[in-house]
Amino acid sequence: MATTTAPSSTSSRRDRWAGPGMLLPFALFYLVFLVGPLIYTVVAGFFETSLLKSGLGDFAGLSNYSAVLGDAEFWRTLRNTLWFTVLTTVPLVLLSLVLALFADRFVRGRWFIRFAFFAPFVLPSAVVSLLFMFIYADQLGLAQEVVKWFGVDTPPSWLGDPDWAMISIAAATVWWTIGFNFVLYLAGLQDVPREVHEAAAIDGAGPWQRIRHVVVPMLGRTTTLVTVLQVIASLKVFDQIYMMTSGGPDGSTRPSLQLIYDTGFVEGRVGYASTVSLLLFLVILFVSLVWFALVRRAEKEN
Amino acid sequence: MRDRIPTPSPPAPSRRRVLRGGLALGAAGAATLTLGGCGSTLAQGFTGGAPSPSRLNFWNPFTGGDGERMLAMQDAYRAAHRSTELKSATFLWGNPYYTKLTLSTLGDRPPQVAVVHLSKLPTLAEAGLLTELHTGDLARHGLTEDKFDARPWRKSQFGGAPHAVPLDTHPFVLFFRTDIAEKAGLLDQQGQLADVDGPDAFIDALRAAKEVTGAWGGSVASVKEASMQFRLFWSFYRQVGGGDLVADQGKRVVIDTAAAAEALAYIRRLSQEKVIPANTDGKGAITLLTTGKAGFLMDGVWQALAVQSAKVKFDMRPLPRIFKDAPYACAADSHALVLPKAPTETAQRLDLSLGFIASMLHSSKLWAEGGHVPAWLPTQRSRAYKELVPQSHYATAADGAVYDPAAWYGGAGSTMQNVVGDAVTSVFTGDTSPTAGAARLRRDLRELASRPAPV
Repeated sequence: MATTTAPSSTSSRRDRWAGPGMLLPFALFYLVFLVGPLIYTVVAGFFETSLLKSGLGDFAGLSNYSAVLGDAEFWRTLRNTLWFTVLTTVPLVLLSLVLALFADRFVRGRWFIRFAFFAPFVLPSAVVSLLFMFIYADQLGLAQEVVKWFGVDTPPSWLGDPDWAMISIAAATVWWTIGFNFVLYLAGLQDVPREVHEAAAIDGAGPWQRIRHVVVPMLGRTTTLVTVLQVIASLKVFDQIYMMTSGGPDGSTRPSLQLIYDTGFVEGRVGYASTVSLLLFLVILFVSLVWFALVRRAEKEN
Repeated sequence: MRDRIPTPSPPAPSRRRVLRGGLALGAAGAATLTLGGCGSTLAQGFTGGAPSPSRLNFWNPFTGGDGERMLAMQDAYRAAHRSTELKSATFLWGNPYYTKLTLSTLGDRPPQVAVVHLSKLPTLAEAGLLTELHTGDLARHGLTEDKFDARPWRKSQFGGAPHAVPLDTHPFVLFFRTDIAEKAGLLDQQGQLADVDGPDAFIDALRAAKEVTGAWGGSVASVKEASMQFRLFWSFYRQVGGGDLVADQGKRVVIDTAAAAEALAYIRRLSQEKVIPANTDGKGAITLLTTGKAGFLMDGVWQALAVQSAKVKFDMRPLPRIFKDAPYACAADSHALVLPKAPTETAQRLDLSLGFIASMLHSSKLWAEGGHVPAWLPTQRSRAYKELVPQSHYATAADGAVYDPAAWYGGAGSTMQNVVGDAVTSVFTGDTSPTAGAARLRRDLRELASRPAPV
């Protein structure tokens, strides 16, 4: 008896450590590159930490927090960020659903349509920014020419007019990133069983009714995922704005992340920048939690 | 034809063997790092050891035409100093560069020599990131005060001692198409631009050019280029006699709002009278000139190569003197070579570094071809430089060079340039009136001055 149980007990002891052991490498990275910096950010927010001096600097208490909350620029960048989020999330969710439904109806050449919609997503942000800077260029750009064909004599300066700049950047972003949501929706469409379609068709539902009452409700979970991912991604916008307008004209497109970058790296006020980034983190957390809570309630009611 | 039978894959190595192999590799790597620590820059970064005594690390922010010239200057150094191993690194201009320079110095891994803008010098020196230079050490390498242009030399001092060796002055100047100017009747017998000084004369010249081009008279970057708008304002504001914007390293705001309003009113006139487009980015402004849609361009001398490469007939001259209330002024900055503070004297390698700096200055002619006015007088006064066209045509602009106000939030690519530039753009495009713009400048600068300084 003893001879047979001994090996099994050692193997079970080994099994107990197998899971955590496999997690260990990732857990280390997680601690070193995510949890550690997060703790440092929280701590630095309570100090006058400077990029130009080593160490944490003088203790500042809550003065960074009161300064940020009283800083008109902080609220303005937050407003810009939320405006960008609205401008991108709505079309990126609705349009990608429409495109996915459209692509799903094709049998022949479907690969080409999938490729065409997804292709821009693989471009790096620098390429997309350069491309659209040429398109939106004043005096010489394509976008102004196109508008002129439609009879507009004095086209707006797409990136130079404070009223238009954010809309122009959002439009470029939609073109660039729609492929990701599109693929998620396509995957969701594959999960709608053929029989449901057939049953609805036998019951006399037309194509439009099938989409509205069968397909779209069945894509509910995908929509939740797509929206949350999109909102979080949009709240973290930085690169394309930095490259296309660097926050201008006159700060009208400056997102919160650029405020963090500017105060932290340009001015060297790391303590202040840490406070702003922590507050932005809380905003993103809050938006995501509220969204999940709403969705969960809606699902329970169903 | 192809063999259809799959070749048997070699037996998979056991997990234990893979792990053991990985550990052995890691240990070998670590051993290489410690033993050959002096060898590679990467290893030096990990161990923090000083690089080998013959190694010289040099950092600069020069790309494009400037970058090519800088590489040629380094080649000249290499050819003359075969025993030194020169390692140069080029980073993207602007804040990313200064961030890296600051962090590497704080982390005790600075390059031996680096390029900085003199407008950034007060902040970097105050933060204690630079090695103070001694006139005796400099003289040993032939770097004496009498060989340098007075303005950049004075600007290289901090607390009464030199902290940098100036390489050039690069002012904000006027480019013009000689063919367009000729058709517009703006050239005199010598082919020089006739009088464009004074508020009305300059606008008249722009209007005459506009009639020839059929599009615009001149161009200047406004969209996405707050620093260019800052330079435009800073030049005119100093010409009006406005003096400084801030004092006490940026802790006190001393802007003369009346002078600011006057300068802004003139900037607004340029767009209001439709001689200059109000919305053009940096590349667009140059393209307007090179495609003949504008006869003039206000830009930095460092664009000389970009315009030259378009192969059009053009020339350059100092920015016009619009206002006569104060000595001639145009916004400018200078590149300079500094020794970031090293942890030890061995890591600093003073004489090797100073020798490299002296060699860079001896290559000033190469540097001047890129558009910059050399700070090294033996080159600036040389016949070869005087024959350099259009580079020598605007050399006098360096005499009116005014640097950015000294403040921790000022200098090349700084918050001050952005904040002031944004306000100027908004006047330029007509969204804000000149008086309101001047009031906004004072308000924004006060807000900047009230922030706790990181130095």
